[in-house]
Amino acid sequence: MIRATWARTVYELRIFSRDRRSVFFTIVLPIMLLVIFGSIFGQTKLGHGVRFSQYFVAGMLASAILYSSFQQLAIMIPEERSNGTLKRIKGSPLPPAAYFAGKFFATVLVYVVQAAGLFIIGASAYHVQLPHGMGWINFVWISLLGLLASALLGIAFSSLARDGRAASALASPVLLFLQFSSGVYMVFTTLPHWMQHVGALFPLKWLAQSMRGVFLPAVFAQNEVGHSFGYGETALVLTAWVLVGGLWCWRRFAWVPLDQA
Amino acid sequence: MNVVSVQNLTRRYGDVLAVNDLSFTVAAGECVAMLGPNGAGKSTTIEILEGYRHRDGGSVEVLGVDPARATRAWRSRVGIVPQGASDMTDATVRDAISLFAALYPHPRAVDETIDLVGLTAQRDTRLGRLSGGQRRRVDVALGIVGRPELLFLDEPTTGFDPEARHVFWDVIAQLRADGTTIMLTTHYLDEADQLADRVIVVAGGRKVADTTPADLGSRHGNSVRVSWREGETRRDELTTEPTRVVRDLLTRFDGEIPGLEISRMTLEEAYLKLVEEAS
Ligand SMILES: Nc1ncnc2c1ncn2[C@@H]1O[C@H](COP(=O)(O)OP(=O)(O)O)[C@@H](O)[C@H]1O
Ligand SMILES: [Mg+2]
Repeated sequence: MIRATWARTVYELRIFSRDRRSVFFTIVLPIMLLVIFGSIFGQTKLGHGVRFSQYFVAGMLASAILYSSFQQLAIMIPEERSNGTLKRIKGSPLPPAAYFAGKFFATVLVYVVQAAGLFIIGASAYHVQLPHGMGWINFVWISLLGLLASALLGIAFSSLARDGRAASALASPVLLFLQFSSGVYMVFTTLPHWMQHVGALFPLKWLAQSMRGVFLPAVFAQNEVGHSFGYGETALVLTAWVLVGGLWCWRRFAWVPLDQA
Repeated sequence: MNVVSVQNLTRRYGDVLAVNDLSFTVAAGECVAMLGPNGAGKSTTIEILEGYRHRDGGSVEVLGVDPARATRAWRSRVGIVPQGASDMTDATVRDAISLFAALYPHPRAVDETIDLVGLTAQRDTRLGRLSGGQRRRVDVALGIVGRPELLFLDEPTTGFDPEARHVFWDVIAQLRADGTTIMLTTHYLDEADQLADRVIVVAGGRKVADTTPADLGSRHGNSVRVSWREGETRRDELTTEPTRVVRDLLTRFDGEIPGLEISRMTLEEAYLKLVEEAS
């Protein structure tokens, strides 16, 4: 199982690295965005000596979690269902868990590269202060739990579409809506109340909020709902989504298109 | 000993009865071809045996197990060449085959497998850049890399040029010689004739013949088609006594029998007639 998982992880990474589109959207694009926003707003101060780029990196990391796991899996898996990848795997002795674990570990490694890129460019060019002490520990658990919850949601979401194209059309508006309703682009507390309530149901709002906790000084908690970065609530909501997503995948995952089974 | 045993198998899609009360067996070491036109129910049947599709009725046993409850151990004994796969386009031939070889307890060596299907020159080519026939050979390689006891192939040579087809036939001959039990579907009569110990002819989801290729030919193969014209319409008669038929015709026509043709029925015609009678 460990060997099979490792082999799948290496394979997934190799395939990912050969797909220029994926590499561009997950690794190059976030860095480009950082450069663009950093150049425009990098010097803007938010008070207490904190630059806007500090705020922005937290939001980018929260988005990166959602994009590298949820979006990637929600589109890749329908594609792999329609082109026969999943069918071939089901017909082989590969333990199904190794397929999912391979996807997840590859996702984690891609995220590590993304985050490292943002850290290095952010710190060297735009004065982004990296986390320290407990900040790193929070960064790691928020990232891993967020990736896991989003990956499971992506896998569950993959049941809704026939192929990669349909999945892409379905996932894009969902992602866009989540980004707006989660305070990634706009300050969460300025959103209409109903949108805040909807946003609070999904992982991204909590990822963005707790990532701000990692990157901003403690006094900034005043600006959040409930005057706290909400680590406890974040852990709770993400864990709930891990359970819901995991249960759905375990019970309902289809290896061949439903109309062919 | 039977490796595959199917009894009264039924599967419907909505109103379409795709497999209708089908029964047959495949013995260890046999090579059996399921032959039938498009839509006959071949893929449905073979995918039920592979554990991909559910059935509506009947019982199925493959290597002593109901494929609906396949285990990993069972999977490692069964090789599958599915119809219409287009996966792993960004992997090279060697990547793809190594990835799957590692899953089996006693795999064939990767390079040996690649050589066997004739892709040595393409082993570093990505699957997405192979021709249709080469791509299909990768599917075959993936099916045999685990040294399966039982190999299923669903229309393995559709789209092959004649040379590729002969390479493939040699591969199958070699697997048979090693004792692999093989069940394949095809809509090419010559392929069934060439490869199979036994041919199961299906049409409209029903079995219409289950016999050796030689017998399939001779069943109508001794027949001769005598055909002639009567007024505007063409009549014909299948017979093993063409001389008698002609003698009868001579008593009905004065002088020349209009449009008289006498021809021996080919295996092809025998098969087409079987399928036609069934539908
Ligand atoms: N997934 C499906 N949904 C609905 N009808 C199907 C499906 N698959 C096959 N059929 C129908 O069942 C019949 C048998 O199909 P199939 O088993 O694919 O035949 P073959 O492989 O011999 O061409 C055909 O009439 C086909 O249209
Ligand atoms: Mg078919």
